[in-house]
Amino acid sequence: MALRVAAPAASDFQITKSPNSQIQRIVSLVPSATEMLYAIGAGPRMVGVGSYDSYPPEVKTLPRVGALIDPNVELILSLKPNLVVIYGSQADLKQQLTRAGIGVFEYRHAGLADVTETIRALGRRTETIERAEAIATGIERGLADIRQKVKDRPRPRTLLVFGRERLSLRGLYASGGIGFLNDMLQAAGGTNVFADVEVQAVQASTEQVLARRPDVVLETRALNSAWPSGDREAELNVWNALGSIPAVRNKRVLFLFDDRIVIPGPRVVEGTMVMARALHPEVFK
Amino acid sequence: MTVQARFIRTVLGFGALTVVTLLVTPLVGPTSIDLRRAFDFSIPFADNVDAQIFFVARLPRTLAGACVGALFASAGVVFQGLLRNPLATPFTLGVSTGAALGAVLAITFDVSLAFLGISAVPLAAFAGSLMAVAIVYALAQARHRGLSTTVLLLAGVTMNAFFSAMILFVQYFASFADTYRTLRWLMGDLDVASYQPILAALPTMIAAFAVFAWLARPLNLLALGPDSAESRGLDVAKAQRAAFFSASLATGAAVSIGGPIGFVGIIIPHLVRLLVGPDHRLVLPASALFGAAFLVACDLVARTILAPVELPVGIITALIGGPFFLWLLIRKP
Repeated sequence: MALRVAAPAASDFQITKSPNSQIQRIVSLVPSATEMLYAIGAGPRMVGVGSYDSYPPEVKTLPRVGALIDPNVELILSLKPNLVVIYGSQADLKQQLTRAGIGVFEYRHAGLADVTETIRALGRRTETIERAEAIATGIERGLADIRQKVKDRPRPRTLLVFGRERLSLRGLYASGGIGFLNDMLQAAGGTNVFADVEVQAVQASTEQVLARRPDVVLETRALNSAWPSGDREAELNVWNALGSIPAVRNKRVLFLFDDRIVIPGPRVVEGTMVMARALHPEVFK
Repeated sequence: MTVQARFIRTVLGFGALTVVTLLVTPLVGPTSIDLRRAFDFSIPFADNVDAQIFFVARLPRTLAGACVGALFASAGVVFQGLLRNPLATPFTLGVSTGAALGAVLAITFDVSLAFLGISAVPLAAFAGSLMAVAIVYALAQARHRGLSTTVLLLAGVTMNAFFSAMILFVQYFASFADTYRTLRWLMGDLDVASYQPILAALPTMIAAFAVFAWLARPLNLLALGPDSAESRGLDVAKAQRAAFFSASLATGAAVSIGGPIGFVGIIIPHLVRLLVGPDHRLVLPASALFGAAFLVACDLVARTILAPVELPVGIITALIGGPFFLWLLIRKP
């Protein structure tokens, strides 16, 4: 399995690149990995991104190679990458790329600690170890800082909703007791009402929401799934059907439409801060 | 015993089962509630958790299950009578797949609208079912004025395949989250959390059941074959049209409320026939009543057996229906 060193394209000479690295052309299908690669300084080497990547703004000029269920293998190969960041579950794609002699980095969604793990691993792979270490340590320090600030505050029982039908509480998906959303909620000083359910996503029935009585409901979505501001009042009013839960009674149903929360990338500290500010407004002015 | 006497006995018997099931089911669930407190109307409703769990979470769910179960079971009887095939289900002619396509589009495109308290997905599902009915009927009519059940079956099966392909097409371009939500909708969900969907479906339900009542004797005659039925004075085309539209609308309404919950429309008719015989004047009301009780019971199992996780009700009906169906096939008649 020979690793081909790609002949540099003319445009590559205009930007700096790590001179010793064999990885000069990178494709990433995973939005959070894309953000990480730019953060650790491998941005100039990116030649292709996934369909759902939106940050940083530079990605808008790059070719889109698909995502989890529809990776465009031909396009990926035509970009002549040295390294492709794929989802851990894309076994077929991994096989095809390996057969073509292209390096693969398998990304797996997991908890908050894996964000810094992955940043360090990408740093090793792209030979930007120092910068990656700096970013990762910065994130760890930022999270510790938030945890410290909320340490002695009472922790509101929180329902963290990341999906439901429009204008209805049916098909309601909330974070379970594991995964990065749950970890961010913990760091931000909240307690997940579904902390005891050891899955990443819980489809919460009406009875479960009523029985668990959240003090706060946080609805988080990616920016491109955000509701137009004209619709938000109607979407808020659907919660009135469950008037007995403290979150509705005390008007603590909040919409957090922010990519920094839903993408477990280098901006997790900012995302956690957004959550912390929603849960403990008195601490974070 | 006269038919009227047997009718009364059948309805009372199955009716008792249904009433008992409907009374007991809302009392049971993964959360233990204080019933005295739930019915204590001096506490403001917005503060009474037990009342909210009973009246917002459980009771609408039970009623929805009863309506959907009754609709699927009786529609199953009518389709089996119309197509003269014991394997016919409410889903055979493409109505539920059309409804599913509507739902998938509403989910994937995040459609936001509400009408009479009903949100986008159930509305889109009902619209999809109406579209499927119209297309299948138009196709079945295309060749000749009457309604050939063979052409109807072929048109239905073809539209089933076509709508399924459209669903896959939409899903391919949908995000992973939307695909998962669609899949979950396809497994069935009776957690309506409101009486609105049930009230909205009531006119369709009443109309369908009224036509079913009229169809009892025609279906008995049709079982002999359309020519024999015609010679006995039945207007076969009219009966077939009435059967097709009423059963399809019933299916469309049921799928809009709870999604395409399978096996109810095929197990219940057969089970009921084993108990009361083939006379549609008994089979139809008995199936509606038993279907209601059966689906409500399945939903009870679905929401309690793996608490705190709730299973989709379609899984329970399939787990019961599959083996039952195999037994039906291999038993000595």
